[in-house]
Amino acid sequence: MIRIPCPFCGTRDHSEFAHGGDGSVTYPNLDAPMQDWHDAVFQRENICGVQVETWQHVNGCRMWILVERDTMTHEIHSVRPAHAGMAKALGAAS
Amino acid sequence: MTRFSAWNVFWQGISGQEGWTRQWRDPEPKPHYDVVVVGGGLHGLATAYYLAKNHGVRNVAVLEKGWIGGGNAGRNTTIVRSNYTQPGNREFYEDSLKLWEELSHDLNYNVMFSQRSHITLLHSPGAVDAASRNYNTMRLTGNSDAEIWSLGQLKEAVPHLNYGADARFPIMGAAVHKRAGTARHDAVVWGYARAADQLGVDIIQNCEVTGILREGGKVTGLETSRGKISAGKLGLAVAGNTSRLWNMAGMSHLPIESHKLQAFVSEPLKPLLDQVVVFGMGGAHFYISQSDKGGMVFGGDLDWYKSYAQKGNLPIVQDVAEAAMSVLPCLGRVRLLRHWSGVVDMSMDGTHFISKTPLDNLYLNAGWNYGGFKATPAAGTYFADLIANDRPHQVIANHDLRRFERGIQLDERGAGPDPKLHG
Amino acid sequence: MSASRLTKGGRIDRSCRLGFTWDGRSFEGYAGDTLASALMASGETVLGRSFKYHRPRGIMSAGVEESGAIVTLGAGERAEPNTKATMVELYDGLTACGQNAWPNVRSDVGAALGLFGRFFSAGFYYKTFMGLPPFEWGRGTGIWMQYEKLIRKAAGMGEASRSADPDAYDHVHAFCDVLVVGSGPAGLNAALTAARQGKDVILVEQDFDLGGDLLNQSDPVAEAQRRELVAELKAANVRVMTRTTAFGLYDYGTAGLLERVTDHLAVKPAHAPRQRFWTVRAAATVLATGALERTVAFTNNDRPGVMTVAAARAYLNRFGVLPGRNIVLSTNNDSAYVTAAELARAGANVTLVDLRDRVSEVHMVAMKAAGVEVKTGLAPLKALGGKSVAGVVLARPRGKSWAAAETLACDLLLVSAGWSPVVNLVSHRGAKPVWDKDLACFLPAPCADNVVMAGSAAGHWNTGDCAASGIAAAKTAMGESAESPALGGAETPVKPLYEVRLPGKKTKSFVDPQHDVTAADVRLAHQEGFVSVEHLKRYTTLGMATDQGKMGNVIGLALMADALGKEIPEVGTTRFRPPYTPVAIGALAGRNTSSHFKVLRRTPLHDWNLRHGATMTDAGLWHRPWYFARKGETITEAYIREAATVRDTLGICDVSSLGKIAVQGPDASEFLNRVYSNAFAKLAVGKARYGIMLRDDGMVMDDGTTWRLAENDFLLTTTTTNAGKVMVWLEELLQLRWPDLKVHVTSVSDQWAGVSVAGPKARSDIMACLQDPAAVSADNLPFMGVIETRLKGGIKCLIARISFSGELAYEVYVPSDYGEVMMDLLWETAEPMGGCLYGLEALGTLRIEKGHVTGAELDGRVTIDDAGLGKMASARKPFIGSALRQRPDLLRADRPQLVGIFPKDRNQTFNGGALLCKPDEISGFGEGWVTAVTYSPALGHWIGLGYVSGGHTAWQGKAATATDPVRQGDIAVEIVSPHMFDPEGERMHG
Repeated sequence: MIRIPCPFCGTRDHSEFAHGGDGSVTYPNLDAPMQDWHDAVFQRENICGVQVETWQHVNGCRMWILVERDTMTHEIHSVRPAHAGMAKALGAAS
Repeated sequence: MTRFSAWNVFWQGISGQEGWTRQWRDPEPKPHYDVVVVGGGLHGLATAYYLAKNHGVRNVAVLEKGWIGGGNAGRNTTIVRSNYTQPGNREFYEDSLKLWEELSHDLNYNVMFSQRSHITLLHSPGAVDAASRNYNTMRLTGNSDAEIWSLGQLKEAVPHLNYGADARFPIMGAAVHKRAGTARHDAVVWGYARAADQLGVDIIQNCEVTGILREGGKVTGLETSRGKISAGKLGLAVAGNTSRLWNMAGMSHLPIESHKLQAFVSEPLKPLLDQVVVFGMGGAHFYISQSDKGGMVFGGDLDWYKSYAQKGNLPIVQDVAEAAMSVLPCLGRVRLLRHWSGVVDMSMDGTHFISKTPLDNLYLNAGWNYGGFKATPAAGTYFADLIANDRPHQVIANHDLRRFERGIQLDERGAGPDPKLHG
Repeated sequence: MSASRLTKGGRIDRSCRLGFTWDGRSFEGYAGDTLASALMASGETVLGRSFKYHRPRGIMSAGVEESGAIVTLGAGERAEPNTKATMVELYDGLTACGQNAWPNVRSDVGAALGLFGRFFSAGFYYKTFMGLPPFEWGRGTGIWMQYEKLIRKAAGMGEASRSADPDAYDHVHAFCDVLVVGSGPAGLNAALTAARQGKDVILVEQDFDLGGDLLNQSDPVAEAQRRELVAELKAANVRVMTRTTAFGLYDYGTAGLLERVTDHLAVKPAHAPRQRFWTVRAAATVLATGALERTVAFTNNDRPGVMTVAAARAYLNRFGVLPGRNIVLSTNNDSAYVTAAELARAGANVTLVDLRDRVSEVHMVAMKAAGVEVKTGLAPLKALGGKSVAGVVLARPRGKSWAAAETLACDLLLVSAGWSPVVNLVSHRGAKPVWDKDLACFLPAPCADNVVMAGSAAGHWNTGDCAASGIAAAKTAMGESAESPALGGAETPVKPLYEVRLPGKKTKSFVDPQHDVTAADVRLAHQEGFVSVEHLKRYTTLGMATDQGKMGNVIGLALMADALGKEIPEVGTTRFRPPYTPVAIGALAGRNTSSHFKVLRRTPLHDWNLRHGATMTDAGLWHRPWYFARKGETITEAYIREAATVRDTLGICDVSSLGKIAVQGPDASEFLNRVYSNAFAKLAVGKARYGIMLRDDGMVMDDGTTWRLAENDFLLTTTTTNAGKVMVWLEELLQLRWPDLKVHVTSVSDQWAGVSVAGPKARSDIMACLQDPAAVSADNLPFMGVIETRLKGGIKCLIARISFSGELAYEVYVPSDYGEVMMDLLWETAEPMGGCLYGLEALGTLRIEKGHVTGAELDGRVTIDDAGLGKMASARKPFIGSALRQRPDLLRADRPQLVGIFPKDRNQTFNGGALLCKPDEISGFGEGWVTAVTYSPALGHWIGLGYVSGGHTAWQGKAATATDPVRQGDIAVEIVSPHMFDPEGERMHG
């Protein structure tokens, strides 16, 4: 069981979360060229080691978070809200 | 090399088993090979075998960082089937199945391919229609073994599934693929290794690739833990590690993510299940068969998060056990003996790549999702063909890395470009 | 073997006799016995038969490593095959029988196979059975599959029941500061040390009593200490779990435990689960899992009456059984000496044979005192006897080989070849065991997680050292510095011993007795190049039996190292996989099976529908009304009547399962404009619009209507199937891609009960239910209009005039709790008007007639153009999927496109799932396929929807065939427009 420290709820089992995908992908503007979209949608770096990925606390607060996780050891290095505004709000609250 | 036969088993039994020699040699790597295949798994070994057998290319090495068959070859649930329906996949997997049928004779190695039927349970009229579309496609493309069974037919064949009123998803019928079945995975590895070795292929174990050598846009060889090896052509067949080798060639992205898939085996039992049974409903996925040794071999979904670790986690163990009990309620007291996991290349549409690459002389075999084991003979055949001729055979015309640019997605499940959804 | 129960001693309760049945015969044992100890005390020797050769097997151990006494426990639906008799706590009424034998384990016909053993070497089955003997003639798999039937029957061990397991299993989740596995001296002390510091401790012990090896000792001082420790633990609030096995260690300090709750009870409490599967999340873990004694490979080392020294000690001191009268005890280490003395004092005639030439004086004196004869420089070469051991031929080392020495008669041959720490659990964490040359065993490697080894599992052999290491381990686990005692602890070093054989002689020595893997098999594997340990394991099946190599792995490695001329660490070791001991699948599944497998979702109108005659069907996780049959009606009659009634008068259908998402905020319309392919920016307040959303890759994801309730307030509906997926998708877009948009999405699916009221009289029905009937007049609520108003009784409701059926139709939503009231109101008026309730089947008919797509058509591989909805893709704005939908293959004119299908002969029917072909070309992938079929009461014949290359315009006037070889023959069909009924939509606008 991976234990993920949700910035909003505290540490929870990974089975409460849904793994989204590669958090380093920047999706282009909607009117960007097809090739940009192709690369964002279909191409992955697929890092063996520490990578940023998106998870959603789908059976909890439903917030999307960015998790820096080692794909080899499953160790989590950092967790932050995906939405910058939320990160700020959390900072202000704490 | 002593041929495998009943006669020789008898004769060697009488004469003290002394005539059996190494099934494959343990050669030192040569400085140059016409073709180097990286990855001593099923696909790498099969590719080398067919390069030698079909194309006369015999100056071939297979490099394996550990021991052959140590990756997904030895970690899968050994199901062989061809009930894929997307154009390209259909022909590819049916070719594979035909090769499987003769594989023991071809390799002179009993790979124990047991065509015991593959039964997909169906739970709604819509599912019966969807399965019928797929199995009709199989019929029209040459599989007379594709059938849709009524509930009555299914009960007769597999009487101990959960047909009770308490079943969460009552069974309505089944899609049956009769020529499908299971094989002994390790035997396939050793069979290909032995046969390739006999044709002159060097199988080099404990040889880790540490670098890929390039001259401009051309690949020329490799750095390995056992020295530099120059290669006329280089084929990668390293499921689970594809992106790592890709990076060594100086490339970056691929339409692949590494995920882990667990597999399970029970204690050995007297015959309990004579077919492969597959269940998929309500977001659950489960498949089970019984090995010839008696263990119930089963599996389910991926662990749902990206991983390179060959270790599973408990939530999926629980999910799979729930499905097991719901499909075959008699398994309650049967004990799980081992569970383990493998790292699979999940691709963006659930279909593999047998492809040329942006680099000359570099060829890629990757992205096998759940399908790598059953694909072995065809993957070897067509990858060898691609390497030997430097152009894709018609069957694999759309199995290249650039198909998504053209708008081709060979998506059997219609799940879209999210690798983890293609289990 | 002539074992007998002693009149005193041991931990059994001689006042509590327990009757049990073994192989149909009645026996007695005592409380505190295991099945193995009770059978041994009763003089039973052959308890099992081996996998391949059907050799007789007896008790080899007293624990989890047992490879001989493997039996089937219970019978019928509760039969539990492959059970280790050494691990079964005896209870009154227990039944067990032998397995893998006929007629029984004592005299098994299958033993004749042993005569052909020379042909059954490792991997022989890979070399034959392919074709006809002797030269494997033939093709295909037919001949192999005939052989396979026989092989499958011969293989396997016990027989599982084919009936459902009648017992219940529970899941428990727990947290703790320190999880201690094992309750020997190390575990008890570790748990106590942590508990004394106020830590929340769980102590897990697989046995039914606490103490580990202390239970097998005869020293009263040790026993007093054990009692004291146990009492203190309980006082310190340590959660002590006996009969519980920690079977696996996983990420982040998670452990899987199996607790056996009622297995040992004669009368099982009605409401207790049989077993519990615990998931424990521990901040730190101390593994005090002990060590297992190894044996030696020598000829006939599997004879009943050959067992480990530790086993004999357990049977003597714990179970009060003297396992033999005339005992030869062979050892290469100090640990066996105590047992030798204890056996002699209990009345046995004991000869101790030590491989080492010199033994410490202390031991020699003790042996002399106990009357044990000691012979040095010897090891067992061959066990004599058939179904039980009768003697042993000894051998003496000569150079690197052996020479035969004297023969001793005996009825029990005990073997100790040193100890293997149980490193399985830490190995699950990827910590590779490391060979220790001095101790001749694999020691656990340091683990990246907070897992600390203690006691003999860490390589401490003496009780005192184990206790001290337990204390140190607990401190380390809590982050303190602590000094563990030195490893080992024997007076005279162990002299490694793995195999005894004479040069050039054939042997029948078992490395993995359960799977009948012999030393010769290991050498053959080497000869054939299977030299990697993993190859060795796979080729010979060494270590793959139910003990997972606990008994034989190290011997196998040593033999391979010997064959290779290498050291053991150069050969390596295999990785242990969970579970440590096999776990019932039922326990892992817990309660979520049969009807509780996957949640069942019911709409707020579920009970109302049932009361009104609904037959339900599965729709994903939902149960939805399929049809409402009147008395005597079949499903076909019912849905045809329902569909016809909707077109004639009206029908009411529960649509509560549709996903409903509140999309709110100043940027809501911009958001929807990006998500949907069609324009949403200018949707007026009080209006609804049908929308299609695509995936990033340009394929259709979902469709539904979205209602603008206020300037910044939309209600978006999704299909039932995709409700969850769309919600996640919208959240992802807002939080990850467009954080600048001021929009919030909330799932309100469960907040609303919804119905569709459709048909010419739909308006009258709704009017009759409203406080203000005029609210839904044609003027006030035009097509695609939305209003908020009130039902009679003041119930707030939302009404949208939208139609899936092509009739004048409304969707009416009320807060879920008022769902039944709404239904009562609507139905009260509708029924006398001749209206009906309709289910999914009729809903399907109505939408097929109109050519509306659902999940059968939108299978994830379809573009918006394929679905005939291309005009809904805006050319004026970009939207999700707008870039990638332009990829070349997706724009091909000959892509399959949505069509309607009529049978050429209108009296014929055809099937969903049929393929559409040119009549003269019924092969290959065909030209398309049928997605859905229904009888159309409006058209008076069967109709279907499907996809055909080029769409219906390309097929005008051309013949087509619907072919369905898996169910039905070929049917001639016509390809028509998908809008088969009222294509102009006059009815719904009326």
